[in-house]
Amino acid sequence: MAADPKYFKPDTLSLHAGQRPDPVTGARAVPIYQTTSFVFEDTEHAASLFNLERAGHIYSRISNPTVAVLEERISALEGGVGAVCTASGQAALHLAVATLMDAGSHIVSSASIYGGSHNLFAHTMPRFGIETSFVDARDPNAFAAAIRPNTRLLFGETLGNPGLEVMDMPRIAEVAHQNGLPLMIDNTFATPYLFRPFEHGADIIMHSATKFLGGHGVAIGGVIVDSGAFDWEASGKFSTLTEPYEGYHGLDFAEEFGPGAFIMRARAEGLRDFGACMSPGNAFYILQGVETLSLRVKRHVENARTIIAFLEGHEAVNWVSYPELTSHPDHNLAKVLLPNGCGSIFTFGIKGGREAGRKFIESVEIFSHLANVGDAKSLVIHPASTTHQQMDAQALEQAGVGEDMVRLSVGLEDPEDLTDDLARALKASQRS
Amino acid sequence: MELQVDGVNVFCATGGKDFDPALPTTLFIHGASFDRTVWKLQARYFAWHGSNVLAADLPGHGRSTGAPLKSIEAMADWVTRVLDAAGVAEAALVGHSMGGQVALDCAGRHGARVRALAILGGSLAIPVNSALLDPAAADDHLAFDLLNVWGYGRRAQLGVHRMPGLWMMRGGLRVMERAAKGVLHADLSATNAYDGSAAAAAVTCPTLVVIGEKDLMTPAKAGLALAAAIPGATHVMFPGLGHILLEEDPDATLDALRDFLIPLQT
Repeated sequence: MAADPKYFKPDTLSLHAGQRPDPVTGARAVPIYQTTSFVFEDTEHAASLFNLERAGHIYSRISNPTVAVLEERISALEGGVGAVCTASGQAALHLAVATLMDAGSHIVSSASIYGGSHNLFAHTMPRFGIETSFVDARDPNAFAAAIRPNTRLLFGETLGNPGLEVMDMPRIAEVAHQNGLPLMIDNTFATPYLFRPFEHGADIIMHSATKFLGGHGVAIGGVIVDSGAFDWEASGKFSTLTEPYEGYHGLDFAEEFGPGAFIMRARAEGLRDFGACMSPGNAFYILQGVETLSLRVKRHVENARTIIAFLEGHEAVNWVSYPELTSHPDHNLAKVLLPNGCGSIFTFGIKGGREAGRKFIESVEIFSHLANVGDAKSLVIHPASTTHQQMDAQALEQAGVGEDMVRLSVGLEDPEDLTDDLARALKASQRS
Repeated sequence: MELQVDGVNVFCATGGKDFDPALPTTLFIHGASFDRTVWKLQARYFAWHGSNVLAADLPGHGRSTGAPLKSIEAMADWVTRVLDAAGVAEAALVGHSMGGQVALDCAGRHGARVRALAILGGSLAIPVNSALLDPAAADDHLAFDLLNVWGYGRRAQLGVHRMPGLWMMRGGLRVMERAAKGVLHADLSATNAYDGSAAAAAVTCPTLVVIGEKDLMTPAKAGLALAAAIPGATHVMFPGLGHILLEEDPDATLDALRDFLIPLQT
């Protein structure tokens, strides 16, 4: 019988990865190191830290012991070589792009992404000389066709926003790698409990840690994780990682750090110079959520399934979109890639369109009307007028956002209370 | 730094500094199916503290081309040719695991080329059992996984990397996965076949043996026996560390190397 490697399992990593009881105080919980800076042992120690000859903390914009626990923990859960936490999910996306490419570069992105990410790619990054082509999330050939000589990244979300388009990640990763490009995935909606993108060919993962990872809706944060599998030197397209960087005395990140080149540069340059770091307090809050990630996400999915079954049978509902339903275009792919569920965020169409949607949202009492998802509390929003409101009609259509679309983020409340709340609001929505 | 040795390219990281023939040289030798990047912090430190650094990729590893060498003795002879290619008469050798065997053999048989010797995670013999050799022969990923979990101390498998945000258990695995098919088996076979007793007895240079107390691959007892077999050798043992101690606690490892090697540079 073959030997068993006996790796620690995800539920153990969720609680322990990146931390041991404090050797000085015995503290079992992760302490909040609420400090801006860290004392050097002597001048030689200081110089060695600044020159990446020794490991350790200098200044909390670049690294912090509490934040580092969260970084290691997410990296462990996703199976990466390392992670960098950021001030928000948007900061994570920006950090990855800024680490990988310069002005004159190009991104191929799924069209079905968070409205904020779309805005960054479509309207803000072009000011810095980085263009993006948006393509059908379901079409690997469209990704391939959009690649140009100056393309440096393929991007998408495990579950598209808001239509829950399931990316055919193995095929799109193959397209990326055939062209010497990395695939970056926003895994916020799935979490590593439901889906681990590195096992399907992705090279970089980002999260809005504000969502399911935290789960409590009290802290904004983001994270990027490096698989360490992409060969930047073989690609030859990433000078930031394979050529000497004068900002660190000519350091060549791939030469010296190998599989950790990307994540090392993201911290050494990106956090140092752009400065969008996570605070130790927020890292602590998000760590409390990560400790119970598997328990919560399992319950989120169970509740979502209950709500979906209720909505499917309701006369005021035109349609429900969730990949576990046979009516969803990605049903078969979801069965393969996401056997444990497709999260708890989904959309439905309400009879009566925009006006009925307005009445519905204003009638719910347990569901909260706000611009967030992945909270322990159930949430509701009308994407066309909020998260996706910067998009014009064509972009809305490309992203699959209709005026009748209502998005729910199902929380952890008793499912009967949730269906009762929805029943009352749906009834109100149909009154003239 | 690219060198030509035996007609193939040999890559050596230099710790971010240009090679200076006027300075003493420290040559770092990695373990089975690893590459130069395992020395990232230690290499940078020595390069910026008065020494040339050659963190070499063995043939067929990292950015060095060619086929992996088939025996520890062949690797030790190759080290002397790397020094020749770099124009270095003598160097301090620092080796980890299989690289420690290579450094030991080189110091024992080519003593004039070795100024000082430091061995991390070493042993006179490193028997490799079939549970590891068999999957390595089949290029089964299980071999990488077993090396990974046997290599890092159990405590390190929950992380707490000294370099903020890095996850050790995947970092080491990714380095091994980059090796070409057959490399791990070739390395393990060479390691398994080597007996360092004669080389150890012949070493004449100052020697340090660095031992991880929880090392499963080269147990602490074997590290102590190695130190006892090398005339005049000293040792340092780190509590709680496993076989890949240079990454499990890079600062402690560096301190040991610094305290031993820096005084010998002048």
